Amino acid sequence: MTDWFVRHNPGLQDEPFVLVAPDRGRVIIKAASPAAGVLGIEPGMVVADARAILPSLQVFNEETSRKDKLLNELAEWCIRYTPIVALDTSDGLILDISGCAHLWGGERQYLKEIIAKLKSFGYQVRAAIADTIGACWAIARYGRLTAIIEPGMQAEALLPLPPVALRLDTNVLERMHKLGFYQIRSFVSMPHNALKRRFGPILLEKLAQALGEVEETIQPIRPVQPYQERLPSLEPIRTAAGIEIALKDLLEALCIRLLQEGKGLRKAIFKGCRVDGKMQQIEIGTNHPTRNVSHLFKLFELKINTIRPGLGLELFLLEAPVVEILSMEQETLWNITKGSANKVVMNLLDRIGVRVGINAIHRYLPDEHHWPERSVRLAASLQEKNPLIWRTDLPRPVCLLPLPERIEVTAPIPDYPPMLFRYKGKVHKVRKADGPERIEQEWWLEQGLHRDYYCVEDDTGARYWLFRLGNYGEDKPEWFVHGFFA
Amino acid sequence: MGPANKGEIIEKLQKQILSMQGFRETAAQGVNTGLGALEMAFPNSVFPTGAIHEFLSPAAEHAAATTGFMAGLLGRLVGQTGICLWIGARRTVFAPALKIFGIDPDQVIFIDLIREKDVLWTIEEALKCDAVSVVVGELNGITFTESRRLQLAVEQSKVTGLMHCFNPLKINHTTAVARWKITSLASIMEEGMPGVGYPRWSVELLKIRNGKPGIWELEWSSGQFRNLDKPNPVVEIPFGRTA
Repeated sequence: MTDWFVRHNPGLQDEPFVLVAPDRGRVIIKAASPAAGVLGIEPGMVVADARAILPSLQVFNEETSRKDKLLNELAEWCIRYTPIVALDTSDGLILDISGCAHLWGGERQYLKEIIAKLKSFGYQVRAAIADTIGACWAIARYGRLTAIIEPGMQAEALLPLPPVALRLDTNVLERMHKLGFYQIRSFVSMPHNALKRRFGPILLEKLAQALGEVEETIQPIRPVQPYQERLPSLEPIRTAAGIEIALKDLLEALCIRLLQEGKGLRKAIFKGCRVDGKMQQIEIGTNHPTRNVSHLFKLFELKINTIRPGLGLELFLLEAPVVEILSMEQETLWNITKGSANKVVMNLLDRIGVRVGINAIHRYLPDEHHWPERSVRLAASLQEKNPLIWRTDLPRPVCLLPLPERIEVTAPIPDYPPMLFRYKGKVHKVRKADGPERIEQEWWLEQGLHRDYYCVEDDTGARYWLFRLGNYGEDKPEWFVHGFFA
Repeated sequence: MGPANKGEIIEKLQKQILSMQGFRETAAQGVNTGLGALEMAFPNSVFPTGAIHEFLSPAAEHAAATTGFMAGLLGRLVGQTGICLWIGARRTVFAPALKIFGIDPDQVIFIDLIREKDVLWTIEEALKCDAVSVVVGELNGITFTESRRLQLAVEQSKVTGLMHCFNPLKINHTTAVARWKITSLASIMEEGMPGVGYPRWSVELLKIRNGKPGIWELEWSSGQFRNLDKPNPVVEIPFGRTA
């Protein structure tokens, strides 16, 4: 864990520092750097105690779940060494290397390679190879002599190790410590029923697992298969009709897989490899997860003519880099209720999105801010319900300029509406006016002067929303036009 | 064939022509737009839905008035559950203000484009989709060919299209069923009262197929249109209802 931290903060190399997290009202050390470990600072200590040992100790907060994530990533990386990799009690990895080691020229080279690779990334690791998971666990953590235990030799290797190497509970360990069992050798030959009576069946089970008398299983991690389908063609394809057939086949295969996994895609890339080695690709995005072949095909269809087949395409790939959960119920529900109309609209928006870009489509929901620019927010999705109500108690113009535009005014001070103003070179005489409505800048978001808004109507009947930034006297107020009323 | 018989036949034929042109038969089927006396100008005195309406804003200051009037119509046309698409480049409409005109701004999906060409394509696609209630388009201008394409799209889907032409360089002949021009009027306040009154417009119906064009003065107050004193009353007998 600290190695990961050092990788991201290279300045901390060889510095004593700890990662901490609050636990039951105290701040506990979750991981300590090697330099801190040398001074006796260990995980599980309270930060205050560690500070007493080393006042200059650097303390950083640990991100929750970062550790699991890191271990998972390492495990996925380790799949290069063996297909079966499992996570082990949050601080280790178990690799089933049966039939893999010879590829690296024997177990010794294999182990060296793994350790060296991880070390080059900056991770300090200990590793061991043994017949059983239990023995391996013990040697990797507490072994001192050799990291590779020959087949059938795990019993001998385990004997000099402390009982903690058997993955036991703390209260069992404490009781053993009281009775003077400092090494596995001192109790391994005792009668089983005596051990069982004193320490419970768990000790016997762990012992048997370590010695290989009882089988132990691991839960290998499963790397996510990328959503990808490929279709090679015998003859290079040059026609649009051929490309369409290939696309349809790929979409069907991908959608079957998505259906089985209850997913829908949000983004898909269709690639074609040309005979001359060049790659052609088209990409689509959707507004909601979908696995409807005909709809997806329609989206791609708009772009098929941008593919340049050249001398012909010999391999087609369809990838779905972004998928989301789309449950079966959701789909059926959509079809029977008024959602079907919704779905038609979604499909329409997808088509529009493909043509002009998905960023062009906006839907707004109210937000609890008075500042006009912040009073609406973009809806996260097109189905998102409105949790608030749209306010109608304050006058808001039907047209709002994206940026307020400066105007020149003649206005009586201190806070009367202007008598006339000049906007875009044209003078408007104000006939009627309303206001001011003062809107303060939200200081927790942004610093700035307040705005005093006035609704004014000029002699032609056009209605404007003007504001003055700041007060006369203290600030140098400027006037702006911000919107137009109907 | 007697003259009375002839009149009946003509009336029947007129009705047939209207229905063939996509106009609803009776007021019960149509949407109540709340336009009051203005509705008399429409064929069958029903606001023609499932058609293209063209709104002209020759000067920039009228654009807001037109937008307000369109929003007032939208509120009635879209209803509680419908979906409206608002398509244009350089959009200025401020979503929260739509609520004042009786339409929930979250029912409106805004599509903000950059190129005029994309705007037309998107409007046409949207008009073809029958799940949409109303499509509002903001354009610079519209040519005859373009309007014909839009008309063909709505004939299938029965979507109402409100096309707002910002600065038509020249007023083209189009296939739009109605051509409107909205200009803002000074609001009315009671004598001696300060402040700005309700939005008030002069609504010009320049062209209406099978109807009677005219000018009305409308005000938007307490969530509905209010017809003010007519400067140019056009209460004539509409088609389909001979005296």
